[in-house]
Amino acid sequence: MLTKPISPLFGYIAEFDTPEELIAASRKVRDAGYKKVDAFTPFPVEGLSDAIGFRDKYIPTLMLCGAIIGSIWGLSVQVFGLGWSYPLNIGGRPIWSWPNFIPITFEATVLTCAFTGVIMMFALNGLPQFYHPVFDVPNFDRASTDKFFLLIEAKDAKFDPIATREFMDGLGSERVSEIQSEL
Amino acid sequence: MVSPAPNPNHETPSESEAKRPWPGDWRSHFRTTPQDIDPSREHDVIASDHTYESLTKHIGDLAMRRPVSLGWLVTIMGSLSLLGLMVISVLMVLLKGVGVWGINQPVAWGFDIINFVWWIGIGHAGTLISAILLLLHQNWRTSINRFAEAMTIFAVCCAGMYPLLHINRHQYAYWMLLLPNSMGLWPQFRSPLEWDVFAISTYFSVSALFWFVGLVPDLAALRDRATNPLVRRLYALGSLGWRNSALHWHRYMALYLILAGISTPLVLSVHSIISYDFAYSQVPGWHVTIFPPYFVAGAVFAGFAFVLLLAIPMRALFHLKDVITMKHLENCAKVMLATGLIVVYGYAMEVFFGWYSATKYEHYLTFETRMQGPYAWSYWALIFCNGLAPQILWFKKFRNHIPTLFIVSLIVSVGMWLERFVIIVLSLHRDYLPSSWGMYYPTFWDCALYAGTFGLFMTLFLLFCRVLPVIAIAEMRELIHHKLHTQHALHGGDHHDHGHGHKEVKH
Repeated sequence: MLTKPISPLFGYIAEFDTPEELIAASRKVRDAGYKKVDAFTPFPVEGLSDAIGFRDKYIPTLMLCGAIIGSIWGLSVQVFGLGWSYPLNIGGRPIWSWPNFIPITFEATVLTCAFTGVIMMFALNGLPQFYHPVFDVPNFDRASTDKFFLLIEAKDAKFDPIATREFMDGLGSERVSEIQSEL
Repeated sequence: MVSPAPNPNHETPSESEAKRPWPGDWRSHFRTTPQDIDPSREHDVIASDHTYESLTKHIGDLAMRRPVSLGWLVTIMGSLSLLGLMVISVLMVLLKGVGVWGINQPVAWGFDIINFVWWIGIGHAGTLISAILLLLHQNWRTSINRFAEAMTIFAVCCAGMYPLLHINRHQYAYWMLLLPNSMGLWPQFRSPLEWDVFAISTYFSVSALFWFVGLVPDLAALRDRATNPLVRRLYALGSLGWRNSALHWHRYMALYLILAGISTPLVLSVHSIISYDFAYSQVPGWHVTIFPPYFVAGAVFAGFAFVLLLAIPMRALFHLKDVITMKHLENCAKVMLATGLIVVYGYAMEVFFGWYSATKYEHYLTFETRMQGPYAWSYWALIFCNGLAPQILWFKKFRNHIPTLFIVSLIVSVGMWLERFVIIVLSLHRDYLPSSWGMYYPTFWDCALYAGTFGLFMTLFLLFCRVLPVIAIAEMRELIHHKLHTQHALHGGDHHDHGHGHKEVKH
């Protein structure tokens, strides 16, 4: 007989009322050794990345790379265009009239830096992604208003369906829910 | 499934609908609901006891639950009519050429360049508020940055059109871009006019990116509140599926801060480059080294006047007096006063330069053409509008008087238009040779296009007010969090006494 397969567990999520409670709980989760942890908050909470043990320096580095590529592109296209491909002699002024090339080099730097940052921020975050299992959590629409959530994913090495559940129940949250992965 | 299902106990629309006045009652928009503001706190950043929930509801409802009012319909009809006029004026230029305008020799730059510089200057206040004030930790910027950025983008749209139309050989507009062509030609990278192409397109793109990045979490908040499935899907698409994850916020904040950091020199560079359009030439009155800082200050001056012109009606019409408080209006007035003084210093330097340069053409322009010539009225009106009128803002009483602020902002907007008129027309209409002197008379199509750009701006702005959150909700929640936090610290968890705690929010 065909039965509906049981969908695998995605993780457990706890709901909190204030960011302070969330940070306190996140510290406990980090200290307990969980790595696949995420939180959901209506605004960026100071110190939360630290509390869940998340470090990421990609954005500043990538934006710096974008800026460097942009400045090289901006300057070289001008020097190549007016200095080599089609040299323009304007009143006998030098071909390498670098102060004239600064404004466009600067604008190109800012342009590529901004685009790199925005595109890479969304790409690293895996957005756009219109469905995610956490959207099925009851009350999750309040994560964009006034509720604070803490998630431990089942992928975590330390995750145990029973022990983790008991651990999360002891964090002092409003409620703990179980999330199923979509099949 | 696209997004989380709406929570049935989230709110009860029927209850709030019942209390709402009849949509056609325009006067209701000029009344503030009594619980909105606490008069003793109208100088705070937030003038009422908002919670995360009440603030989200307040701003979200402005976009989603507000009935279409008669006032909005009438205004958008007017804006659309002006937009129609703009379309016709643009078509006239495309079909007949720039000859339909009043420009000719010797005044080859007229309304098109005046209005281009005027509109792009207005945009600068938005970036200043969103980027520079962010870096300076001015938390009062939070409630005005969203619409000020919108103002920037729409103003740049209006501005960008003018140089494109002014080139006249519109079929060759792509020559200004970095595109390969069969003639093997390159744009003239040594020309400030070519720098404009890069400066304005970069400014527009980066402002739009900054605005969009700020909007994403707020669109997610609206998605989560929307009850209509179609509306929810649209907001879900706009929010790119943002789920408020802490890992996402971490990268988001890193990006937002760096965007603010790079927008700061960008906004200074844009108007500096526009001033080079003038300062690189040898026309008397343009060839002045003070132009870049003087132009940037003038742009911020005009921009803050426009922010006030938009904020004053907005806070009354949309019941935003609790988040756009007197503190915001007063601070805008202070920035206006400070930048206005820099502009006045610029005027003083121009006069000094006319004398000290010992060039007879500069001397003649400053002391004869500007002060006594056929356009002397515009110079003296400029001195009145930008030099004298804003000085009233030295007095606290007037900075807190809304009609005065509104009138001063109007005067400043006119004054900044006159400044560009004085710079462009007065310098051009009397050439080095008296035989080539002439006068400049704008035509109907000059005025129609200018009026039309107001139609474009107002249409975009009214649509923005209807469908997007006009206040940066996520950033406001941080302010509320900060406020609750300080109250908590002051009273040891006792939240009922708001009379002291709120003072800590001020900076």
